Amino acid sequence: MRLIVSYLIGLVFGVGISISGMANPAKVLNFFDVAGTWDPSLAFVMGGALFVTFAGYKLVLRNKTPVLGTVFQLPTRKDIDGQLIGGAAIFGIGWGIAGFCPGGALPALGTGRLEVLVFVISLIAGIYAAKAIQRTITPKQA
Amino acid sequence: METVFTPLQSLAGGALIGVSAVLLMAILGRVMGATGIVAGFIAPRSLSDWTWRAAVLAGMVSGPLVVMLITGQMPDIQVPTSVPMLIVGGLIVGIGVTFGSGCTSGHGVCGMARLSPRSIVATLTFMLATGITVYVIRHIIGG
Repeated sequence: MRLIVSYLIGLVFGVGISISGMANPAKVLNFFDVAGTWDPSLAFVMGGALFVTFAGYKLVLRNKTPVLGTVFQLPTRKDIDGQLIGGAAIFGIGWGIAGFCPGGALPALGTGRLEVLVFVISLIAGIYAAKAIQRTITPKQA
Repeated sequence: METVFTPLQSLAGGALIGVSAVLLMAILGRVMGATGIVAGFIAPRSLSDWTWRAAVLAGMVSGPLVVMLITGQMPDIQVPTSVPMLIVGGLIVGIGVTFGSGCTSGHGVCGMARLSPRSIVATLTFMLATGITVYVIRHIIGG
């Protein structure tokens, strides 16, 4: 049950990404190219997603627990540190170079395009590399 | 490369992304962040923690196929980036989202929807960095 529901939720996300244009690097890069071939479509993706999520979370988080879980696992950190800002800036640079972000690229894998696979493998390598760096700079928690 | 402005499709797609985020929170109590889901998938903490992630990812990958079944067409994917730059970009994105604790879906949608200060700062930062990068690549280097 839990897995079928998870699959279907992933599918809704994948269909949403596919029709929104987020899986298409040309469209994503054009959103940022205000000085060139600007395509404002992605503002509508963000707008639609934020509106639904904002309203939906308000309703859902009134419940005590999730339907098939014991607790809502929400991020609890509040501090704004160098890793957050530096990491976000690095992500932006990579997004600007490649045109894919993780949420756009994962559903795009389903098109079978080799370029997407190349990006996703590199993305995963980058995640492993960053975790290795984090282990060396962050002292182990007791 | 010119692309066609698609406000209605993009709005509908965005709304579906929102629906999936709300459902994942309502049912499993989890944030719909692509970075977090993949990171937990490649370094699982337990079998039950891995299986739901695998199922969500399988669903995501099925998205384009379902779109093709309904519309008769695969979603348009135009990649104006060379393969070496996709590799460089992918590595940089992987490093950035790990240090930054999230990406467009986790910070930009789920975190912003909760008005999380961390997510608002992260989203503004990466949007700005992406904009500057695209400007530099297209109008300064490539100009």
